[in-house]
Amino acid sequence: MSILHTVNKSPFEKNSLESCLRYAKSGSAVLLIEDGIYAALAGTTFEQRVTTAMSELDFYCLASDVKARGFSSSNVMDGIKLVDYAGFVDLTVEYEKVQAWL
Amino acid sequence: MKIKKCLYVNRRAPYGTCYALEAIDMVLIGSAFDQDISLLFIDDGLFQLKKGQDTADLEIKNHSPAYRAFEMYDVEKIYVSKEAMAARGLKRGDLLVDVELLSDSRIKELMDEHDVIFSF
Repeated sequence: MSILHTVNKSPFEKNSLESCLRYAKSGSAVLLIEDGIYAALAGTTFEQRVTTAMSELDFYCLASDVKARGFSSSNVMDGIKLVDYAGFVDLTVEYEKVQAWL
Repeated sequence: MKIKKCLYVNRRAPYGTCYALEAIDMVLIGSAFDQDISLLFIDDGLFQLKKGQDTADLEIKNHSPAYRAFEMYDVEKIYVSKEAMAARGLKRGDLLVDVELLSDSRIKELMDEHDVIFSF
């Protein structure tokens, strides 16, 4: 019964990502959208935290939100898969439930 | 009348909220009224200045070209927190305008030196 967790807030401003990672069960997935994509960037103070979480969780990131904010796939950490809107829909189907960390 | 020194403090990332856009509007209006304007970008605010923003897929307006137009409105003092840049893995070359990088201790003084502070 895996859950797709979505995070749409910047980790620098809100603790949505922190809470998500604290409560997400091994084997579930985290999809970073809107300002949540800042957690997917390489070289930030959150890189280590996310890298550690990758051993238990699958990470995805919405490509159009990355692009809108002036970043590209080369700025996104290795191990985070970029998805488009269709991929977002596929994830919601693939996982049992969606939990939105607002 | 004395021209007031106004500091616009930007702390939010673009697009997730409307703060960034509101700040741009206020700055352009302020410049029309001959304010002495300085812009400060701290926390997630500096993401507003990231080069290469492309909002076509989101079907919303990309307002980042406005920062490059500020110069024409005599808005030339743009300050960015050095510490905030480092925390986000950004370098001066990642930004779309020329900025002055300041330490957080210098930013305290900057806030002190202005008559009015607008927060976004």
